[in-house]
Amino acid sequence: MLKYGVPLALAVLLGVFLFIGLQRDPRYVPSPLIGKPAPEFTLPSLHDASYPVATKELLGQPWVLNVWGTWCGGCREEHDTLLAIASQKTVPIIGLNWKDDNGAAQRWLAQLGNPYAVVAEDREGRTAIDWGVYGAPETFLIGPDGIVLYKHIAPMTMAVWNKEFLPRIEAARAAAGSRS
Amino acid sequence: MSTFIRAGFLAALLAFGGQALAIDTEAAFDDPALQKRYEDINRELRCLVCQNQTIADSNATLAQDLRREVRDMIAAGKTDAEIREFMIERYGDFVLYRPRMTAQNFLLWAAPALLLLIAAVVLVRVVRRRAQESEIEPDGPEAGQS
Repeated sequence: MLKYGVPLALAVLLGVFLFIGLQRDPRYVPSPLIGKPAPEFTLPSLHDASYPVATKELLGQPWVLNVWGTWCGGCREEHDTLLAIASQKTVPIIGLNWKDDNGAAQRWLAQLGNPYAVVAEDREGRTAIDWGVYGAPETFLIGPDGIVLYKHIAPMTMAVWNKEFLPRIEAARAAAGSRS
Repeated sequence: MSTFIRAGFLAALLAFGGQALAIDTEAAFDDPALQKRYEDINRELRCLVCQNQTIADSNATLAQDLRREVRDMIAAGKTDAEIREFMIERYGDFVLYRPRMTAQNFLLWAAPALLLLIAAVVLVRVVRRRAQESEIEPDGPEAGQS
């Protein structure tokens, strides 16, 4: 019994691990930023280069950073979802326009609608690197204390928003409220 | 004769084909020592959009941007360790092609030694048991034949 039972058990165990491994997305790279202070930036606004968009000014409320570009297919895919989320006015969505053409980006927002409270222009892609961005669209949730709470890599969907973002926003608000 | 021509063509391909693999069209540094550091670091960093390529092998925009960061950090006098730390802070350990030992992957690093240890224990036990069995019936007809 032991002679066949032990190898069989080991083989089944290995099979379970491999099966779990198959379900995982190899393209998903967990962000080391979760639970850490969000990288600060001050960038020109997409619509008015003289107007700076600064992360410091967003402290004290939960907010969302959405990394996008007109060259990014997934960004077009999630655009209507972002518009729907923005219309709920839960939290401000800050856009990070990643390595894009200013004119093209402005046209895109004029034509499709603008879900963003404000859009920061990262022409050189340095801010995106600071945030560990590797493939747009990426969406971060930042808490009132400036800590990164969550990162979603892939087009945003209502299901992800309701399941991953909303509960964290409520928890962050409750925690901030009890402290003040 | 045509074999020689073919061999010559192959040799030429092997000799010069490697240059086509270099993504950067021009050297990032005039100083060969700095250029070597630049190339060595690039070969150790993963291009995260193209996953199974290093940033030295890829011409994805992200790889270009990461090479620029590496170049600027070398120019600013940062050490190799500092540059690696910069990348890990942003992209996690996955960015390294030569993974470090951490709490999460310790088991993976220890696995070869552990498996060897288990195998050694099993081997010792099997050998002892066989030795005992042969002591019990030393004069059996099949002794030493199995």
